[in-house]
Amino acid sequence: MNKKRPVNLDLTTIKQPLPAISSILHRVTGVALFVGLVFMMYALDQSLTSEESFNSISATMQHSFFAKLIAWGLLTALFYHLCAGIKHLLQDFGYCEELESGHLAAKVTLAAGVVFSLLMGIWVW
Amino acid sequence: MVTAVTSFGRSGLYDWMMQRITAVVLAAYTLLIVGYLITTPDLTYAQWSGFFGHTWVRVFSLLTLLSIGAHSWIGLWQVSTDYIKQTGLRFVFQAVCGTLMFVYVVWGIQVIWGL
Repeated sequence: MNKKRPVNLDLTTIKQPLPAISSILHRVTGVALFVGLVFMMYALDQSLTSEESFNSISATMQHSFFAKLIAWGLLTALFYHLCAGIKHLLQDFGYCEELESGHLAAKVTLAAGVVFSLLMGIWVW
Repeated sequence: MVTAVTSFGRSGLYDWMMQRITAVVLAAYTLLIVGYLITTPDLTYAQWSGFFGHTWVRVFSLLTLLSIGAHSWIGLWQVSTDYIKQTGLRFVFQAVCGTLMFVYVVWGIQVIWGL
């Protein structure tokens, strides 16, 4: 192989195909969920410690815009990650691996992510 | 080149399988908790702590905590070995992630089983 052939790794000049976008979002949401777990664990802890702390955390969830924003963000990441995981499992079993079907699977995954995000937004607010 | 010494099961195939099994556990738990919260809009402390008082919910929660530990280790290991090329920096990143995972698991056990 000719080692001198031109290589372009400048991401800003490469048009990412949809499966690449759905894949990188799977990773981004995974990392975000790991960090966001601090908030989920805190909320779970508060909700189970005592009745007062339960009432206080549910009041926060009902009145704080910031808390709602975090909850919505994490739920969006969670459901996108879940959908992308299902896509990944299907592809492990050999489905949607061709150019056209792979493209369609990425499209469906991204669309499902948007739909879940909207539904979770409605639920949280 | 990245060697597999820091991978979860020291074997790519084992990690691959673990990632999928833990993913199914996490998906099932997500649907259970979100489903419970959606179908119980006016949740009270008595209902909520009663729910987590069931042995099966506690066992499922413990399984989920352990799955989070394994799943996030394999995932963050993959991401860090892909993007952090410098060994020292990658080691520090993985050490911080590993510590945080351990904290999550211990904290979670305390919350779920310390009721």
